[in-house]
Amino acid sequence: MQANQPPGNTVVKLTVVVHSAPYSSQAAYSAYRFTASALEAGHEVHRVFFYYDGVHASNALSTPPQDEFDLVKAWQALIEQHELDAISCVSSALKRGILDAREAHRYEKQAANLAEGFVLSGLGQLVDASLSSDRVVSFGA
Amino acid sequence: MTPKTLTFIARSTPYGNGRAKALLDMVLSAAVFDQTINLLFMDDGVWQLARNQQPATIDAKDLSAALGALPLYDVNNVYVEARALDERGLTPQALAVDAKPCDDTEIAALIAGSDQVFAL
Repeated sequence: MQANQPPGNTVVKLTVVVHSAPYSSQAAYSAYRFTASALEAGHEVHRVFFYYDGVHASNALSTPPQDEFDLVKAWQALIEQHELDAISCVSSALKRGILDAREAHRYEKQAANLAEGFVLSGLGQLVDASLSSDRVVSFGA
Repeated sequence: MTPKTLTFIARSTPYGNGRAKALLDMVLSAAVFDQTINLLFMDDGVWQLARNQQPATIDAKDLSAALGALPLYDVNNVYVEARALDERGLTPQALAVDAKPCDDTEIAALIAGSDQVFAL
């Protein structure tokens, strides 16, 4: 039972796709606000899939000025609070220098920087999620 | 599970940014799930279908060659926005891949008949 039920008790099962990077595009922030609002309204977020430039939201080394909104931290808090399934596309992430410990080891890189709470996985996870969701909502297309 | 209809809309030029490649990767991933896949080229995306692309000159991979592999993945529902071709001086006969020209009404019907739509 969700804490909040949407009007008419119609819980929509959502997959959210994020295509654009924090600070480059408003869409990256809008995706976060949409996801937070959907959860607040009692809907189900089946998976959040970060693709293309969207994977920058999972970079633990992102360091905005202290007086600016920290989107990486905000996503992490939302993921933790709602136990969200948050996946960064592995091929998009590796190209852009976002690696977990396993990939860093595999490619003999000196450091891993995938933010906690995010998981690297393949595009099949997006297709799979979209097949079992009522709606797929994409940001930054 | 009843098969769903997934429609992918390619709207970006092939090499100006990574979106064309990113969308094609989505299509190929979806193709292995045994669903109904539609691929529609709209707006600047129709440039992806142009013949004689020479991306090696900019150290890029040939996207139109990858598009040629779509039938191997059973992606046969390929559509192109007729007006976008016309606006850019392209003709359906001059394309690297067979694509069915569509007008706005047909495109609207394609989208309306889809369970999920992805555009890049």
